[in-house]
Amino acid sequence: MNREMSGSQKFWQIVASVAIIVYTVVPLLWILNMSLKSTADRADGKFWAHNPTLENYQLIFTGGAKDLFLPALRNSIVVAIAATLIAVILATFCAYAIARLDFPGKRLILGTALTVSFFPVISLVTPLFDLWRRIHLFDTIPGLILPYLVLTLPLSIWTLSAFFQQIPWEMEQAAQVDGATSWEAFRKVIVPLAAPGVFTTAIIAFFTAWNDFVFAMSLTSDHARTVPAALAFFTGASQFESPTGAICAAGVVVTIPVVLLVLFFQRQIVSGLTSGAVKG
Amino acid sequence: MSTRTVENHLSDRARDERRLGWRLAGPAFVIMILVTFYPILQAVYTSLFKYRLTDPDQREFVFLRNYGIILTDPLWWRAFGTTTLITVVTVVVELVLGFAIALAMEKVIYGRGLLRTIVLIPYSIITVVSAFSWFYAFATDTGFVDPLLNKLSFGLFPADFDWFGGFWSAMVPICISEIWKTTPFMSLLLLAGLTQIDSAMEEAAVVDGATWGERLRKVILPNMKSQIMVALLFRTLDAFRIFDNIFIMTAGSHDTSSLSLVAYNQTISRTEVGLGSAVSVLLFCCVVIIAMIFVKGFRVDLAGGRK
Repeated sequence: MNREMSGSQKFWQIVASVAIIVYTVVPLLWILNMSLKSTADRADGKFWAHNPTLENYQLIFTGGAKDLFLPALRNSIVVAIAATLIAVILATFCAYAIARLDFPGKRLILGTALTVSFFPVISLVTPLFDLWRRIHLFDTIPGLILPYLVLTLPLSIWTLSAFFQQIPWEMEQAAQVDGATSWEAFRKVIVPLAAPGVFTTAIIAFFTAWNDFVFAMSLTSDHARTVPAALAFFTGASQFESPTGAICAAGVVVTIPVVLLVLFFQRQIVSGLTSGAVKG
Repeated sequence: MSTRTVENHLSDRARDERRLGWRLAGPAFVIMILVTFYPILQAVYTSLFKYRLTDPDQREFVFLRNYGIILTDPLWWRAFGTTTLITVVTVVVELVLGFAIALAMEKVIYGRGLLRTIVLIPYSIITVVSAFSWFYAFATDTGFVDPLLNKLSFGLFPADFDWFGGFWSAMVPICISEIWKTTPFMSLLLLAGLTQIDSAMEEAAVVDGATWGERLRKVILPNMKSQIMVALLFRTLDAFRIFDNIFIMTAGSHDTSSLSLVAYNQTISRTEVGLGSAVSVLLFCCVVIIAMIFVKGFRVDLAGGRK
């Protein structure tokens, strides 16, 4: 649309943009400010931290909350990456087959993936809790990775199938006609075309695993607890005065890298999120 | 019989392709089945027993009695009401808000890239962290909401209002946190629908002198109905499983428990695996019914959106 904008239209657009940006950013800025407030300033009722201090960060990295936070951070990273890698690798094979090969059961596979993504996860918790205790998977890293596949696998299959269906696969043959070996054709033509889709899927799957609270609360106790669950337990542990500062600092630490990732790969993530759900 | 003859007619190549197809897709499919359908069947079975984890020898077959206990317990119905309330409120607000944001993302010319990027921030924050952020914002001691409302209302609003001290007031931060966190997803789905609308159709409506409201009702909404329905389905099912926000903010006090929280408390806190399984199965049935209402009642065609 190349219509000239009137002054008032411009004004309202700016107002709308600013409103949306404020709405989006306030809770993030708030928890950042909370994490920078000292214990004395915490109840001052003000939004901004006027005397910013890093004492809360010291608390979680070197101080009293270290033993709660650092192992949880390690667990979160290990579990989320493992669940992402396994899901993306399996889903890549699966989506490739769905996009390129002709075999019965494609709709069944996509339909199952969709059904599974609608599952109320809490319904899986009770049976898994019972089973994991009996086969000694309770509170272990594999005992968490496996249920996380429930979250990451269906989403990866949908997103990747949508991506792969857009790849012009005939370019592979074209490259072969031009004298490339099939390996070269795959590596130089298909991989660069497929890589962004695989990468985007990996980011979205990682978020989903990183965000989980239900499984982490139910299937772990001390050893395999991840950050979201550990945050809830900061409250209970009273080795230090009030857990508020530590929770906020830990929340910021696990949020910032992910926000940066999102800001950096915004375009791909948007197309991945929407293609997985509605294919236009 | 007929399939066999068809199979014989298949060329070797086609048969190879079928085999390869299942070999590639099979592992993902099998794992999906194993980690979801097996546990849910196990839950159905376990729900027929009186079974407490701390007391496994007392396990006793009670058939449907667990379901009877739950369905006659006001606790279940209160949680059902709370969950439904949260689902309806958050989904409706998200639809309106998400639509407004999607419109802004489509129409705004200055800073569109910034807008589209920043809108993803809530999506990338862990739900628990978002819950804590809103919790501390509304808390009487640490929060800025009470002082702010107090100042804006010239002292009419109490400066130390306890949001988490009652059901209705606690619903406010719970719903806000849920809405804040998931609106980006809604608006992205709606934006995908908006950009699909033929702009020539809108231009034509403008030329014909249609007001903005008429364009919205007669051109924009009807043309993105399927995207709206899919977005509603996704968000309704997601909101119905709400757990994180309530757990962090109130842990279910003042009847704010959702169904997910009830299931969690039965199994994990009280180790009543039999009753917990029955709650899980009932919750699963609720989700299936909601999905059926959408798919059959509103004719949401999930596969139809795809090529």
